[in-house]
Amino acid sequence: MALSNAPNATTGFPQGETKEAFWLNENLRALALFLLSLGLFLLLWEVGARVGWFVQGVPTASATLKEFWWWVSNPFFNNGPNDLGIGWNLLISLRRVAIGYILASLVAVPLGILIGISPVAYKAFNPYIQLLKPVSPLAWLPLGLYLLRDSEQTGIFIIFISSIWPTLINTAFGVASVDKDYLDVANTLGASRLRTIFKVIIPAALPNIISGLRISMGISWLVIVAAEMLLGTGLGYFIWNEWNNLSIANILVAIFIIGLVGLLLDSLFAVLEKFVAFGRNS
Amino acid sequence: MDSPSSSSQLSIRNVTKTFPGKKGIFNQLSGKTSRDFTAIQDISIDIEPNTFVSIIGPSGCGKSTLLSMIAGLSPISRGEILLNGVPITKPGPDRGMVFQNYALMPWMTVEENLRFAVETVKPNLAAKAMNRIIKEHIQLVGLTGAERRHPHQLSGGMRQRVGIARALAIDPQILLMDEPFGALDALTRGFLQDEIERIWEQQRKTVIMITHSIEEALLLSDRIVMMTRGPAARVDEILEVPFPRPRNRETIEQHPAYHDLKAEMESHLFRETRAVEADRLM
Repeated sequence: MALSNAPNATTGFPQGETKEAFWLNENLRALALFLLSLGLFLLLWEVGARVGWFVQGVPTASATLKEFWWWVSNPFFNNGPNDLGIGWNLLISLRRVAIGYILASLVAVPLGILIGISPVAYKAFNPYIQLLKPVSPLAWLPLGLYLLRDSEQTGIFIIFISSIWPTLINTAFGVASVDKDYLDVANTLGASRLRTIFKVIIPAALPNIISGLRISMGISWLVIVAAEMLLGTGLGYFIWNEWNNLSIANILVAIFIIGLVGLLLDSLFAVLEKFVAFGRNS
Repeated sequence: MDSPSSSSQLSIRNVTKTFPGKKGIFNQLSGKTSRDFTAIQDISIDIEPNTFVSIIGPSGCGKSTLLSMIAGLSPISRGEILLNGVPITKPGPDRGMVFQNYALMPWMTVEENLRFAVETVKPNLAAKAMNRIIKEHIQLVGLTGAERRHPHQLSGGMRQRVGIARALAIDPQILLMDEPFGALDALTRGFLQDEIERIWEQQRKTVIMITHSIEEALLLSDRIVMMTRGPAARVDEILEVPFPRPRNRETIEQHPAYHDLKAEMESHLFRETRAVEADRLM
C-alpha cells in the first residue's frame, strides 16, 4: 500500500506547486474582481442616468469620462480666474500645500525633537497639543482672515496650523521612546549629548517622524480643498465654481483628480517609510 | 572572603543597590506607595587582570544590576567599585559592553556600527588607522564580507558577533557581557562560545560575563561567582576553574575536576531556584 502510493505522492506534489493555475493567483483574482466591479458600477451609472433612476441633471458615465478626457488633455489654459485649466488649479493647490506643509514641518520636527528629549517638556506641552489637535481646520479660517487680511496667506496658514500636529506628536513620541539599549550603547561609549542626539536619537526616531509627516501630508491635502472653497483659486475653488455652474460632471472630474493626487503623495511617503525602516515594524 | 588586594584590576567593595520605593504625598494620596527594594547587598569581588569571570545565579538575583553598575549605567547605592584604584562614577570607554539583545543600530551597516563606536571613543584618529581597526575587528569575529549588511539582514548569531566586535574595537580594559548568548538557539550558542574562547586566547582581556548556563561558565571562565537569590542577593561562593587553556568542550569534560564543579554549581542553582519558588508561594 505505502510503497505503491509513494511514487504518486512524490510526483503529484511538486506538480501542484510549480504549475499553479493562473486563475488561482491572488493578485490576478483581485484585479479581475476590481475590473468586474468597476465595469458593473459604470454600467449601472450609465443605465441609471439614461433611464432616470437618479435626480435630474446627473451626467452619464460616458459623458463624465468624455469631460474628464477633455480636462486632462487641455490642462493649461487661462481665461481668467473663473475659467482656468485643471492643471493650473492643481499647481496652485499644490503650491499652497507645499508652502504651508513645509513651514509646518520645519517647526514641528525640531520642536518635536526638543519636546521628546525632555520628559518635563513632553508632559508640559502635551495639553496644548492635545487641545489644538482635534480642532477642525476650518475653525481657523475666520481667525486667519482677521489676522492676515489676505486670502492666499490664510490658505497657507490653515494648512500650517492643521498639518503641524501629527508631525509634532509623532516626532516627540518617536524621540521619547527611543530604545533604551541604543542610549546605553552611546552612554557606555561616552558619546556627547549632541552626538547622541544626531547619531542615535534622530535616526532611531526617523520612522516615527516620517509617518508623522505622512499623516500631515494627508491632512494638508484634505484641508486645502475645503479651504479653497472659501478662497479665490485652486482645486477647491474649481469645485465650488463648477457647483455654481451646476456642472456635476466637472465636479466628479475634480474629485477623481484630487483622489489621484492624494494617492500619489501618500505613496511617495510610503516609499520613504520603507526606506528608513531597516527591518523595523515589518 | 577575599580581602581587597592591590593586584586587582577591578575591585567591587561592599556594594549595595537599593531601588527607592514610591513615597511622597502624591503616591500616598493615590495609595501607590511601595517599600525600598534592595536588589544586592554588600557584595565584594576582586578581579585580577586577564581573568575571565562569570557571574551565575538564579533569575532576578541582581546579576544584571551589578553589571550595569560596573558599566556605570546605574548608580551605586552604597560601597564602591574601583577600576585600577579609581572609583567608577559614570560610563566610559575603558569598559566595553556586549548586550543580550545585541543593541545594534538598525540604520547602520555592520561597518558603520563599529565606526560609530571607534569614532566616538577616538574622534581624532586618522582615517587609515580607523579603517584598519574596523577591518581587523570584523575579521576577528569572522564577518568579513558582511561589512555593508544592515543588522536585519543578519542572523542572531551574526548580530551578536557584531556586538562583540563593536565592544572590542574600542580596545576596552574590561569586557562586560550581559547574557550575551541568551537570545540564541543552542547550536549558534555553541559556535559563539567557541568563538569567544578563541578570541579570549588571542587578547586575554578581563571579561565579566553574566550567564545562566553552567556549561558555558565552565568552558569559558577562570572564576565563577555564584550569587544567592534576591532580594538582598549576596555572593555565595567563588569557584576557581582549573582547566588548562586553550580549552574545548570535549577535553574539559575529561578533566577530573569537571564533574565535581558542575555538580556543585547545579546543586547551588537548584537550591536557590527552589527557594525563589518557595518565597513566591508564601
